[in-house]
Amino acid sequence: MVDRPDGDHPRPSTGGDRAEGGEGAPETKPALAARLERLGASLEAHRSEVAAAKAKGRPSGFGQAIKIASEFVAGIVVGAALGWGIDRALGTSPWALIVFLLLGFAAGVLNVLRAEGKVADAGARLRAAGAEKSRSPSEPSDE
Amino acid sequence: MAADKVDPIHQFQITKLVPIHVGHVDLSFTNSSLFMAATVIVATLFLVFASSGRSLVPGRWQLVAEMSYSFVANTLRDAAGKAGMQFFPMVFSLFMFVLVANLLGMIPYFFTITSHIIVTFCLAMLVIGTVVVFGIWKHGFHFFGLFVPQGVPMALVPLVTMIEVISFLSRPISLSVRLFANMLAGHITLKVFAGFVVTLSAAGAVGVAGSILPLAMAVALTALEFLVAFLQAYVFTVLTCMYLNDAIHPGH
Repeated sequence: MVDRPDGDHPRPSTGGDRAEGGEGAPETKPALAARLERLGASLEAHRSEVAAAKAKGRPSGFGQAIKIASEFVAGIVVGAALGWGIDRALGTSPWALIVFLLLGFAAGVLNVLRAEGKVADAGARLRAAGAEKSRSPSEPSDE
Repeated sequence: MAADKVDPIHQFQITKLVPIHVGHVDLSFTNSSLFMAATVIVATLFLVFASSGRSLVPGRWQLVAEMSYSFVANTLRDAAGKAGMQFFPMVFSLFMFVLVANLLGMIPYFFTITSHIIVTFCLAMLVIGTVVVFGIWKHGFHFFGLFVPQGVPMALVPLVTMIEVISFLSRPISLSVRLFANMLAGHITLKVFAGFVVTLSAAGAVGVAGSILPLAMAVALTALEFLVAFLQAYVFTVLTCMYLNDAIHPGH
């Protein structure tokens, strides 16, 4: 749905062009080249338009809400579960739960920021840092 | 009886079709199992039937099958690069399963398996399990470098690493909750508005006239739900590809 606009776009465009040139004699080479160029340009415009729409393409508000909420809650749930499990295993009753709940809260906020693109993904950041390092070894990796 | 019809949760009830007990484990064949099997059969039949022609100029069915194939292939290649294509069978199967399950759920009286969190959670665990196993198998201990960010003061590294680990562990939960919550909420909303039509039209002529509004809403929601069915299958696939990317390239 989001993808594959290329399949249906060229058809109306060529159709329009054919109707334009259809009345005249067989097309000359420059006319053909111009037509090709026009077609290429319109295709390019359409592609960039679609790419832009995809880039800013916000899903519906409800979808957005569920996405953010699930990211946030998931961090807290995992933190609480980890803390509870550690407490049970080691008998340190409330302490691990307290600490991991707070850590889970931080992880939830991190998840949300990451989902919103405010913080780079861990893998992407590492890759960027690695590329940076291989390019200029003396430079410390940027924050 | 009447209350039962308007109950918006009733559609998610699990019923045992063939009770099977192995020891103390209940392995009954439920309506959920039935629709999972139906999903697999429908997806398989669709792809086999659509690709059986193998014509150079694809027909309608073949075109749909090829579009879904190249759609998933492009998504995977964009997110995980060429090395990600070794996971294509898994990602495509997941996409088709979720998509067909969502769409089957749109048929009246059909059970929506993706509206149960245990189903979506199993799918998400399959993805994360693959990521972890493949990441460790391919990169060994280096895979855990994913959790240790660079350029952080030494004193903060343990704390930040813990947060990163929890963030990683929360991925299957957010992945499964997103699919499950969308399907659950959508189907409940649809049922509630459809229920308004029934209860309103029981209240005489004025009610019948008034029930046009929720009816229009139900029609619009049905269209929205079809969109959500596609969108959530797509989102699940995209996130799967992104997580697989972490397993393939966990930082150099």
